[in-house]
Order: sequence, then structure tokens, then C-alpha cells
Amino acid sequence: MIVRTLREIGVALVVVFLFTTLVLVVSGAPPLQAYMVLFQGSLGSWVKFTQVIKVWIPLTLCGCGLLFTFRIGLWNIGVEGQVMIGAVFTTWMLRAGGGRPEIAPLFIAASLAASVLGGALWAGIAGFLKTKGGVNEIFAGLGLNFVAQGVLLWLIFGPWKQPGVASMSGTETFPTELWLQAPALLRIPPLTLGIVTAALIATGLLLRHTRIGLELKAIGSNPSAAFLYGLRPSALMLLAMLFAGGFAGLAGNLQVTAVYHRLIPAISSNYGYLALLVVMLANYNIWLVAPVAFFFAGLNVGSIQLPMLLQLDSSLSGVIQGALVLATLGMHGWRRIRLNREQAKQRL
Amino acid sequence: MTEFDFSMIIAGVVAGAAPIVLAAIGETVTEKSGLINLSLDGSILLAAMVSFVAALKTGSLLAGFVAGALVGAAVAAIVAVFSIFLLQHQVAVGFVLTLMTRDVAYFIGNPYSRIQGPHATPVAIPALDQLPFLGPVLFSHNLPVYFSVLLIAIAWWYVYRTSPGLRLRAVGENPQAAYARGISPWKVQLLHAVGGGLLIGLAGATFSLCTKPGWGRPQGAEGAGWIVLALVIFGGWHPVKAAAGAYLFSFLQVMGIYFQGWLPSVPAQLFQVAPFPLMIFTLLIMSFAQNESVRRWSGNRPRFRIFLRFFSGLAPAALGKPYRPD
Repeated sequence: MIVRTLREIGVALVVVFLFTTLVLVVSGAPPLQAYMVLFQGSLGSWVKFTQVIKVWIPLTLCGCGLLFTFRIGLWNIGVEGQVMIGAVFTTWMLRAGGGRPEIAPLFIAASLAASVLGGALWAGIAGFLKTKGGVNEIFAGLGLNFVAQGVLLWLIFGPWKQPGVASMSGTETFPTELWLQAPALLRIPPLTLGIVTAALIATGLLLRHTRIGLELKAIGSNPSAAFLYGLRPSALMLLAMLFAGGFAGLAGNLQVTAVYHRLIPAISSNYGYLALLVVMLANYNIWLVAPVAFFFAGLNVGSIQLPMLLQLDSSLSGVIQGALVLATLGMHGWRRIRLNREQAKQRL
Repeated sequence: MTEFDFSMIIAGVVAGAAPIVLAAIGETVTEKSGLINLSLDGSILLAAMVSFVAALKTGSLLAGFVAGALVGAAVAAIVAVFSIFLLQHQVAVGFVLTLMTRDVAYFIGNPYSRIQGPHATPVAIPALDQLPFLGPVLFSHNLPVYFSVLLIAIAWWYVYRTSPGLRLRAVGENPQAAYARGISPWKVQLLHAVGGGLLIGLAGATFSLCTKPGWGRPQGAEGAGWIVLALVIFGGWHPVKAAAGAYLFSFLQVMGIYFQGWLPSVPAQLFQVAPFPLMIFTLLIMSFAQNESVRRWSGNRPRFRIFLRFFSGLAPAALGKPYRPD
């Protein structure tokens, strides 16, 4: 499976490389220089590399969560809002801890728990609407994303606004004792690396070596037969949503405690939506989620300097990422058609 | 508020709603065939960019509108082909495309940001525009605005009063049965995805050449596609109701300026969010209205029954479920 997926990603990379070069030529940009900027801007120095890791962490966390919902056949598009609500719960907890430096670590720990709870709560609403209300999780999730964005803006411009004037720059920055500390050389808080590693291991174990993982897969691959085995699809769907929301909430927490140190309107940075692409490109394989997320994170960070150096828009990263996923979807389709044809031939 | 002011507000609502109406009807027609084109938030932007650039380079507004419509149709065709012939999850394809087309639009459109370009000017309809109230409200607009109003009637007539419309609904409700009757579900879905895509592209062109002239990041059409998706549901997959939702949304947006005066602490972005809880609520009511016990309970409660009937629109039974012959 992994080898085939990797081979497909390889072919997709070639196709997308040609496509992107075409897009660059059409927009009158020098392709070679653009690729150089992408590379230099992401892996050109240790500082850049640590920036990539800072994007990789939330992407991987969201990706882990999405593996649960994809496994049972749910399209958790609401992951974006779950990241936002995780960040909101984090900020809520940290605000309570302001001005008491001696017990700051306690509040950071509490904020981690709160973010998991917040993300799971938001995902739980979509899950509940799906299982009890008969509302498609895609529409419910999309709607809740915008509601979460509304909540975020309301908090930043209302109750949590900076002293003086509210602005798009977000809430007041937290005192440094409420930041996740990073050693000067490493530049990344070690705790975040620990969290993401633990998340990957836990997801892998849960999905591959526990009953829950097996049941999720059973329902995902055949919802009507699952009933015969005495499985309860709605309970497991809710569970999968809670897992996904929890991981997304955690990503939201780290965006606040390790990256921005305050709540900003774009706190989720589209990482939830991007994680959906990551998991699709990884073909729902846990081993590939981390490397694909790293590649996507590199593209994101590398493209930041495009406007300054080449007067190009930074959305080039999105073009490459989208084209990659589209190309692999096309190849999956092609394979399925061929498979169907062969089966039809054998039947004759 | 004087009467003059009021008619100006309503005229603003009709003009502002034009692209939303176009896209909402396009998406409704597509979804009537059972196919969800989730790409429209991005494809509206890409169409907006392409039509602005096309109009700028050729100096012809018509070329701009045509180019925009073609872009919308092309993106919709990708969704349809991936879903129908390559057997891929239509939501997955639409989702990838909505992110990707937006980024393509920003990237290629970058050199054309914030420059003056051509834009449509109002064409008053002689005599009719002199009517009190109705004149400014309905008869002093740009051509796309007239088209958006006409389209509501055309779409209703097409979907509910013609035989292609009947085939469209048949495929959306029960593709197997339609197939047994000699209708090709694939052809119907492909055609209506492309047709709906033309309208979605036209919506993008209307944004950049009419409603919010020009190109830039942000253009101003961001988020419109998601709102349209919500309105299609709110309208219960009925083109007229979806259009009514578009006008309601446009009205709320125009009134948002006034609301902000009354509630200065509430940011303007919050009004943008309003359609989404409404969408979820509509879906919830729709689902409950299907419930047998809820129906029995409402049997002798006429007011509640009217309420249910208002939300009684049902998704096409095969919506999002690809037709696969056995």
C-alpha cells in the first residue's frame, strides 16, 4: 500500500511540476528562480527549518484527528472551526492565569486540557447533528466553521479586546511565563514536539491495534453490515468526531501557546482545511501523514518570501498542494476504472 | 426614512444580490441532478479574476463575461468528470478545487491587482425607469442584474415545466429508475454541472465587472460561494426560494451598515456569519419534518404544520450519492 501510494505521489509530483511551471510561465514569472525561493525559504537555514516545523505540528495534529473520521467514512470539514475553538478555550484558560507567574505552568497544562475539550465539543456538535439530527456532517461542519469564526471575531473585538482599541491584530500578548518556552538554539518548544510524537503514536496504536480502530474501519467500509455485528455506528461516529476535534483543539492550543502567544482572527491559518488535503494525499495512511504534512508545511513557509523577492503572490504553495491532491485523485480514479474493467473481463 | 431612501436601499439589495442569485440558481440546478459542486467559492473567484483580465485586455465587457462563464463551466466539468467517470468522492474533488482555484486566481491575478479596468454601467429601461419606486428598484440596473432577475423565472420554468427539467429531477431523485426509463444519469449530471457552472462563472464575472469592480486580494467575493451553498439548502433546493434567500442575505448586508451604527461593538464580519446557523437550523427542521412521530404530532397543530411546510424542501434523494450501474 505505502509503496504504491509513494509511487503515485511521485508521478503526481512530476505532473504537478509541469503544471506549476506552466502556471509560472503564464504569469510571466521565472520558474527556476521561483523554485529556488521555495527551497531556500523552507530548508535554506536552520531558522527556516524551525518555521517549517512550527507549521508541520498543527498540520500533523489535525491530520491525526482526521484519520479517525475518514476511517469511519465521515468528512470532517469542520476541523477548521475545531482548531479555532481549541484556541478560544486555550485563551480563556490563559486569561484566568494572567498575573500569577508562580503557577503559570498549571494554567498552561489546564489550557491544553481545555483546548482538547473545546475542539471535541465543537466536533461533538457536528457529530450530534449528524447522528441525532440527520444533518450531513459536511454542511454542519462548514456552518460551524463560520460560526466559530464569528465567535472568534466577537471575542477579539468584544470581551477580550486590547485595552484601548480593538483591532484585527488580536488580543493582548500574554506575559512570557504563559508561553511554551523554547531553548534559544532549538527555537521550538520541546513540549510541542513531544505532543505531536505522542499524537502520531497514539493514533497509530488506536487505529491499528485496538477494537475501536477495527470497528471504525468495519463501519467505514460497510455501514449496513456493521449493524449485523452488533456495532453501533452512531456511537462510533460520535467517538471519531470527538477524537478528531480533540486533536484539532490541541493544534489550536499550540497556535496560541507556542506560535502567536495571543488570539488572532486567523489563528487557525487554514491549517484544518490544509490537513484535509494532507490526509487525502497521504491516502489515509498514518505513516505518510507526517512526511506529507512536512512537505506541505515547507511549501507554505517557502512561499512567504515570493512577494518580496519575485513580486509573486504567496498562493503558489496552495496551487501546488491542490494540484498534487487533484492529480493523485485522478490516478486513484484511473486505477479503479482499470480494476473494474479487469474484473468485468474475468467475469466473462 | 423617506420613500426615496427606501427605494434606493431596495435597489441596492437587488443589485448586490445579483451574483449571489446567479450562483445560487446555478448550484441549485447542479444539485437537482444529484451532484454537489463544492468548488464554487474558489471558482467564483477564479472566474472573477479571469473575466476582469479578459475584459481589460480585450476592452470588451462581453468577452469578460463569456470568459468568466467558461471558467465556471470548466471547473464544474472537472468536478463532474472526476465524480462520474473517475469514481472519486465528489465532495473531495470539489473541496480540493475550491482551495486550488482560489489560489490560482490570486497567483495569476497578482499583476492585475488594484488597477482600473472596465466595468458595466447601468442601462435604464426607457419609460419603465420613470415609474415611481419600481423604476429605481427594478429598471435602472446593469445588464447582469436584469439577467439575474429574469433567470429566477427561467430556472423555475425549466426545472418544473419542461421535459429536460423533469429528467433532471428524475435523475436527482432516483438515477436507477431514470436509467431504466432510458435516461442517462451521467449525461444529465454532466450537462447540468456544466450549465450550473456557466452561471457560477457568470456570478464571478458579475462580481469583478459589476458589483465590486476590479481585482485584488481580497477581491470582495471571498466567502460568497459558501454563502451560496448555505442558501441552496435554505431554499430547500427550489430555485425561487434560493433566490429569495439571496435577496434576504443581500438585504441583511445592506442593513448591516445601519446595524453597525446601532451596535458599534459588533464587528461587521459577524453579519457575514448569519446565514450559516440558519442553514444548519433549516437542515435540522427538514430532517425532523421527515420524522413520522413529528408529523403525527403536528397533525392537529396547524400553525406548526405551516412552519414545517415552509421548511419542507427536501434534498434530491440521490444528492451526493454517485450513480453506479450494477
